[in-house]
Parts: sequence; C-alpha cells; structure tokens
Amino acid sequence: MMDFWIILTAVLVASACSILGCFLILRRMALVGDAISHAVLPGIAIAFLMSGTRDSMWMLLGATAFGLLTVFLIQTLQTSGLQSDASIGIVFTALFAVGVLLISLNAQHIDLDLDCVLFGEIAYVPWDTWTLGGTDMGPRAVWMLGITLTVILLLLGLFYKQFKICAFDPAMAVACGIPVLLFHYLLMGMVSMTAVSSFESVGAILVVGMLIIPAATAYLLTNRLGVMIGLSVAVGIVSAVAGYLISYALDASIAGCIVSVAGILFILALILAPKNGLIARFARRRNIAQVV
Amino acid sequence: MKKESTAVAPLTVSGITVAYQRKAVVEDVSFTLPEGKLVALIGPNGAGKSTLLKAVLGLVPSISGSVAIYGDTYKKMRSRVGYVPQRESVDWDFPTDALDVVMMGRYGHLGWIKRPGRKEKDLAMGTLDKVGMADFARRQISQLSGGQQQRVFLARALVQEADLYFMDEPFAGVDAATEKAIIALLGELKRAGKTVLVVHHDLSTVEEYFDHVLLLNKKLIAAGPVETTFTPELLHETYGGKLAIVSSNGREALVKQ
Repeated sequence: MMDFWIILTAVLVASACSILGCFLILRRMALVGDAISHAVLPGIAIAFLMSGTRDSMWMLLGATAFGLLTVFLIQTLQTSGLQSDASIGIVFTALFAVGVLLISLNAQHIDLDLDCVLFGEIAYVPWDTWTLGGTDMGPRAVWMLGITLTVILLLLGLFYKQFKICAFDPAMAVACGIPVLLFHYLLMGMVSMTAVSSFESVGAILVVGMLIIPAATAYLLTNRLGVMIGLSVAVGIVSAVAGYLISYALDASIAGCIVSVAGILFILALILAPKNGLIARFARRRNIAQVV
Repeated sequence: MKKESTAVAPLTVSGITVAYQRKAVVEDVSFTLPEGKLVALIGPNGAGKSTLLKAVLGLVPSISGSVAIYGDTYKKMRSRVGYVPQRESVDWDFPTDALDVVMMGRYGHLGWIKRPGRKEKDLAMGTLDKVGMADFARRQISQLSGGQQQRVFLARALVQEADLYFMDEPFAGVDAATEKAIIALLGELKRAGKTVLVVHHDLSTVEEYFDHVLLLNKKLIAAGPVETTFTPELLHETYGGKLAIVSSNGREALVKQ
C-alpha cells in the first residue's frame, strides 16, 4: 500500500507538471516556472503561521497568491526597463529568501524542514494523511495533487483554444477579443498550484525538472500541440514509475531517480528523434553531401 | 455586402497619440478611410506605421485620441476587423500546421467554449486553397518558406470574414509568387467591397497596387488618392532628405537612399 501511494503521488505530480510544462516551454517561460516553484515558499510559510495547521486549502491559497504575485512583480520590473532574466532572478530569490527566513525564525511553530523544501521527501507522503470526521481519507498530498490536476484538466479542456492561441500569437488573440491577460494569470495560477502541491513530494528544485524535461522531450518528438501534451504526460509518467522502481533497487532518493530518468529520456529523444534528432540530422547531412 | 456599412466610414481615427516611455512615436494622427479601397500606409523606418496600426487595434495603449470602426467602438466591431501581423511576430517553431493556424482565425467567432469543428476546418481549407497553399495544409509551419508563411497569415485573416483588414508589411521579404498571390487577393477583397489598410515599404509599387495613401512620419503628412497624394513634394516632406527622385524613361521613379 505504501508503494501504491508513493507511485500514485509521483504519477500525479508528473501528469500535472508535464501538461503545464508544454505551455511554459512554448511561451518561453520555463524560467518563470522555476521562479514560481521557489517563490511560493513564503506563501506556504505564512499560511502555516496564520492557520497554525498544515491544512492543505490554506497552503494552496497562500502559495497560489504568492505565485501570482511573483509573476506580477516580474512583469512590473520588466516593464520598468529591467532585463527579463534579471527580473526573474531578483524576484524569486528575494521571495524564496523571505520564505527561508520565515521558516527559520519560526522553526518551533513550523514543522517544515528546509532540506525537504528543496528536495522533497515523497517517501513520507503515505504517513501524512488527511482525516475527515475521524476517518482516514488517505495521503494529503494525493488529495491536493488530485484537486490540482482536476482544475488543470477542467480549465485546459474548456479553454484549450484560448490557451493555444495565447501561446502562439498573443497579438492575434487580443485582436480576436480573447482576454489574454486573464489566461496568462490562469496559467500562472495553475503553475503555482502545481508547485505547491508537488512541493512536499519532489521539492522546489526537482519540480522544475518535472515541469520542463518531459515537455521538452515531447517537443522534440512531434509537430502537433495535442500530441505534444500527450507525449509529455507519457514521458512524465514513465519517469515517475521507472524512477520509483530504480530508487527502490538502488535505495536512493526517489525524486532524484524520477528526474534522472526524465533526463535520460530527454537525451534519448535528442539523439533518436525522427526529424530533429542528432542521428536524423547527421544522416540528412550525409545524404546531402553524397548528392553534392 | 451589408447595407448599413455603406453609410459610415470603415475607419475614423481622431487625434491619436502613442508614446513609448514618454517619447511620442505617433503624434496627433487623424484620418478617415474610404470604403472599398486599398490603402497604403507609408513612411520612413521608425515613422510609427506599425505602432499606429497596433494602436488602432488596441494592441498598444494610445495616450489620447479615439478610433471609430464603422461608426462604433472597436470592441463592438471587432468581428468585422481582420489583422495580419508582421511575420516575425510569432514563433514559427510552434508545434502546429498551416491548417491549424488558419483555423485560429475563426476562434473569435466561436465564443468562449465552442471548439473548432468540421465547419471551421472546411472554411480554413477553402481559404488555404485561395492563397495557393492547399497542398501545404498539413505541413508544420517551420517547414514553410517565408512567402508561404505570409500566405498562411493572410489566409488566417481572410477566414475571419471581416470587412476591414489591417496588414502589417505583408510584402516584406516574400518571393515573387507570394507577391502575386497577395496582389490577387487584395484585388479580390476590393471587388468584394472590403477595405484594406496595408503598411507598405516599396514605394515603386504603390501606384500599381493601391488606390489611396497615408503618408506618415510620426505625424500624418497627407492622406488621399494616390494620384493627388503620392507626389514627389509630399514624399519629400515625409521622407526628408532620405529620398532621391530619379527620372527614367521620361517617368519619375522614386529611390530610397
């Protein structure tokens, strides 16, 4: 049963991250995903301090608010003339620092370990259960991730065309009367929710890997957005399951193994991709050379 | 053609000013577009041509002035306006094909929830055929030439079935076949009574392709029919010293320096 909960958690993290990662990559916002995943920390800490519990709803709300604040601050700095990479660097490190400070100042009130914040500990997920009216409802992380994934599937299912055109051609989207800013913040809100609910399982650093690597792998393999999202989820889930089995065999960090497997799958795609892969490119060049 | 549209001008711009970080790029521009004409918007680099277009469409904020489209606000008349942005404005490596991009032109008509279906696909396919791109419908967009990409953009605007079109440098860097295709399309739009405003660079083709011109260099220098407005004097005023007029074959030709 322990194994089941851990694998389920990993699969949920992978699915949520892999779907959103596609849109982040296509909008060239991979680093914003990175920023959000760190900057939600003060939100989590404040939610802890205010509610005094590890109540998931408070954490989701607090951290999502901070995620959106991050995006807003980054954009404000950018429009005031600062380079975009510098804006991202300033905002997320500053907010992350506030989070670290809050946690270390209130160490006795917050049972959040800083190591756990950075790297996560998915192995503890099955023990941290949610009890409702005396009944054990299963791990809290699974519930949070389940809610997050449902929100993602619902919003993307309903507004797929809007998210797509906002990613491809925002100017055209505005001209069509689509509220681009609303969909921008919806996407960022979903990334924030995902970052928070994945936090305890894979940590602030590895969640970025789950956001970016499966999506980047899928990007190499297809020319259609729908297929890209499907492949990305497949890569994410394979990484989650294979990563868990490998970590079991090696007795190593689960999250570390999952992201490593994702990295290996990416390298395979880079070499073997039918059109853009290194081998395909080499073969093409040789064909041209022979013709010439 | 819709009857009510014959009464009011397709586009009336009154005193529009746009500034980027306190520097005015477009200053107090007013003009009215006549219905059913092909209009060229010309002026030197940095004259604010694209910016003016974007301000009219609400893509960049204007600090003063107003825009009326068929006598009403742009917001209400949006479905009657088609826009072809500059080709460089999007990422052509995006995982999508030509047909899919053209279908995006229908998103505005679909409303919030409805997804593009059979009807949208047929419309998009027909429009791709019009611009000579039917054979490339399923081609990934990065594998199209610059001219083909431009034609996909045009098709996407056409499928919107608008009455007033804005095109931002559709002729920039395209091959001869695409140029011909665009001219044929402009002719067809004109015959259908549509109004088209085109940001244009090549002064040598203005007389051949367009009915009206707007001469812009931050301020509007002149606006009117090509015969009376596209004159050496007004062009000199627009381009300053950057323009030489060479007489060849007994006819004046314009050369940008």
